[in-house]
This record gives sequence, structure tokens and C-alpha cells, in this order.
Amino acid sequence: MSVLINNPGILTTVQDAGRFGFRRFGINPNGAMDKTAANLLNILLGNDEAEAVLEMHFPAPEIVFAEDTVFALGGADFSAKLNGEHLENWKPYRAEKESVLKFTGKNFGNRAYLSVTGGFAVEKWLGSTSTNLTANIGGFSGRKLKKNDRLLFKVQGSRFKVSGSKFEVPNIKISASLIPFYSRFPTVRVVAGAEFESLTALSEQTLRQETFIVSQNSDRMGFRLDGEPLFLIETKELVSSAVNFGTIQILPDGQLIILMADAQTSGGYPRIAHIIEIDLPLVAQLGANDRIAFQLISIEEAENITLEREKNLNFLRVGCKFSQI
Amino acid sequence: MLKTFPLGESALTIEFSNEISPETNDKVINLANYLENNNFPGYIEIVPAYSSLTIFYDVLTVRKNFPDFSTAFEGVKNFAENALRNYPRIQKEKSRVINIQVSFDKENALDLEFVAAINHLKPSEVIEIFIAQTYRVYMLGFLPGFAYLGEIDWRIAAPRKSAPRLRVPKGSVGIAGRQTGIYPLASPGGWQIIGKTNVELFTPNAESPTFLQAGDTVKFYSEN
Repeated sequence: MSVLINNPGILTTVQDAGRFGFRRFGINPNGAMDKTAANLLNILLGNDEAEAVLEMHFPAPEIVFAEDTVFALGGADFSAKLNGEHLENWKPYRAEKESVLKFTGKNFGNRAYLSVTGGFAVEKWLGSTSTNLTANIGGFSGRKLKKNDRLLFKVQGSRFKVSGSKFEVPNIKISASLIPFYSRFPTVRVVAGAEFESLTALSEQTLRQETFIVSQNSDRMGFRLDGEPLFLIETKELVSSAVNFGTIQILPDGQLIILMADAQTSGGYPRIAHIIEIDLPLVAQLGANDRIAFQLISIEEAENITLEREKNLNFLRVGCKFSQI
Repeated sequence: MLKTFPLGESALTIEFSNEISPETNDKVINLANYLENNNFPGYIEIVPAYSSLTIFYDVLTVRKNFPDFSTAFEGVKNFAENALRNYPRIQKEKSRVINIQVSFDKENALDLEFVAAINHLKPSEVIEIFIAQTYRVYMLGFLPGFAYLGEIDWRIAAPRKSAPRLRVPKGSVGIAGRQTGIYPLASPGGWQIIGKTNVELFTPNAESPTFLQAGDTVKFYSEN
């Protein structure tokens, strides 16, 4: 059971929910940039929720399914076609042996995900299948995929019913209410960081009211923003301390950077705010020249959003289980 | 003064001070070691830094297990503050002393001449001063296994390069301000490189993938 990479695309890597427990050694979590997309696809296919998926950028790969399987796509919409037939995101499809998956155009977003039933058979490093491109370890041989790479599936683990030799795929789709409200101009919710209170009154207003443009200089490590520069009341030299996926820092020139999935574990720039986890997928799908605005919320609100989200996901978990029996 | 602030909705940082000192760093490492063995439901991981400790946690589990607090943040904050007040004063463990051999040959010491020139020293004097003392591992970060060591003698301090090198060779020993460190992997980097070691600082498949840990003492010696 495997897929063959006919054409690797510009940056295709194996990612999962992240590698935790090793930040103190300088080993960051990596993992999918759009964790919600990866998570929803795995639930939809009845996989372990932290199962490995492929994260694809545009130009995206061309993939051949060597055997019959069930798969689903989500996150960005790159106009996927299976043997020429148009596919929707967030729906399980059956791929017959030798069928070819292509992505024909960049409709929306910047990171698309492919999950297969049962998951990819990728060896874990420190508990995770995510690719660490800095240290060249984890995922598929510690690197982005190349032409002719062959990724095996786990043989066991598919929850789809097999009739004859073929998978039977129910006609289901993830409810729109669970899919992130993607936009090229999102307003994302943030909680105040350590240096938020040290912003000048004008800079605080700028942060709350202005929009910022995502620069070309944006990748899995971080997104640089262009906008009105922000300043602290007094410039402080900070000693390095831990940072997080979603941390917004001010660079010495007053511009902002959002730390993303491959960011370093520690840093020394002022931390003015942190994007809440549920809104990180909105950021992960942005590309150069898209715009972003920030809405400040309290820690209590942020936690309650997490609790609410979990409740809604539970409905999906139960629903997907029933549809696969 | 102790300051606690959120690092997102599922992590918090306890800042002991905003300075680099062995005493503060000892407190950080002690609390980190204590919390690793005495954690709470929902605990994910900790990151000790120069003068702060960050705790990552799972909001759902913490909220369930700390019903007396209005937020997971308050629950974890309270847990950490209690730990600080109540944990038995740990006997300061004797720090491991690790000797690291360095080549200061010209082809490895890419910026040694620069560091010497800005400090009005000869390259050999920079090396002498550099290896004369021991260094403390304050924290790990930046790259897998990258240890921040300090503090070097002010006579050999040097600013970061204004344009970082695209590829600093693996094993390079660098200086930034009064910090020193070793690149465990080839990587872009802005530190002034004064030598190179063959010691493996990052061994991905070893039980403990990083060679150095916070609190260690490092002594460099010249291979000649």
C-alpha cells in the first residue's frame, strides 16, 4: 500500500500534530501549519487524530495511488483532480489503483493537506512524524518529498468497510461550521503578551485598529508583516526566553513577525501578543500581500473558545464513527 | 520580582528577572527539575531559559482538574507559585563539568581575526582569554542542542555579524556579545566564529539527543 510522488511540488512534507516535550533541548514541535485541517481530515477518515498527513504548497505535487485507498483533502483549495475529475475539500474519496491526483490551480489558501485512511507509515522521531527541516530529521527521511519517493500506508487501521475488494465511501462532508472561516483578510484573536503593556498608546491603537500586510518574507518559520511600525515606551534589551507558535514579536525596526510552526524555541524580541490556537489556521493559509488584523481578547475568553471548540469537535467525532460502521 | 504572563492560551512564563546571572538561572533550573517530577494533569512541557521558566499545558485537562480557578492560566500559575514556595530546597547538584576540544586553526576560526582586531588583541590572546575560564550552560534553544554559554570575558566580547552567514559549519564555536555557543548543525547564523569542535552536540537517535544540558559547566581547550 503506497503512493508514488510523480512530481514533488515546491514544498511537500510529512507533518502531524507536533513533537512535544523537547523544546527545552532546542527541538521545536514543527507539525502542520493548519492543525485544524489536518485534525479534521483525520477525524473524517477515522484515523488517530495526530496521524501523519502531507502538507502541500503550490505548485503542489502529482501523486499516484499505487493501490485502492480512501483519502481526503482540506485546508487550501488547489483545484484538486483525481483522474481529471474535480474533487471537493473535506470529503472522503476512493482512489482506485493507479489513479492520479493533481492540483491544477491555486483557488484559495497556501497549504493543502492530504490524509489517507489508516495513515502513512512513517517512522516517529521523539514521538512524532513531523519533518524537522532544520535538523533534517523526522517525517520522510527528514526532508521535503522528491520525485519518485514512495510513501507507504499503514496496512491496518482503515475503518472503511470493504465490499469485495473495494472500499465503500459514505457520502459525507465535514460541516461548514467546523471548518475555519478562511479569508484573505482575517481578523484573528490574540491575547496580550508580556510586553503588550509597554506599547506606546499610539502603538496599542495601531495594533488594535490597523491591518498589516503579509510580506514575501514568510514561511513555515515565521510571517513578516508590513505596516505601521510599533514602538515600546522604552526600548528594553530582553534576555532570551521561550516563544510559541502564534507569538507576535516586534523587530528592531518596529515591524511585526508572527512565529509559525517551525519557529525557534526561544527568542529575545518583545512579545506583544499571541494568536489563539484556533485562529492559527487562518494565518497559516495566508500568502504574500494578504492582510491581517488583530482583536484582543482575555485569557478567559480564549480558554472558553477552546472548550467550545472541543464540544463541537466531539459531535464530528461521534458522527464520523457512525458513518463508518 | 516574579512576573507571570501568558505565552498564548496554553502556556505561561514565570519571569524571575530580566538579567543574566548564575543565581537566577539556578532558581530556574531548580524549579524546572522539580516540576518535571511533580507536575499536574494537563502538563505538557517546560522550557527553562536564562531567567524565566515557561510551562506548556493542555487547557481542557487543566480546566477539568483545577475547578477552583476561573481559568487554566490561574490554576497553573497557582500550582507553580506553590511549587516555588513549598518545594524542598534542593541541594544544589554538583554541576557536570564537560571538556570540549576546539581547533582554532585559521580555516575553522572564520572571525577570530575580526574579534581580535576590534578588541585590540592578537588572535592568540583571544584564544588564551577564551580558554582560561569555565562557562555555564544557561539554556538550550535556537537549534536542537544549541547551548547558550556565558559569560565570556568582556575583553573578547564581539557584536553579532551585521549580515548573518548563510551557512555556519557544524561544530563552529561562536561569540555574540558576552555569550558563546556551539552550532550543533550547519545553519545560517550571525555569531562571530572563533573555532570549531568535533564533539557531537546533537545525536538524533540517542536516548538523550543533546550533549549539553542547562546547568552544565563547559571548559574549552585547544587541540594544540
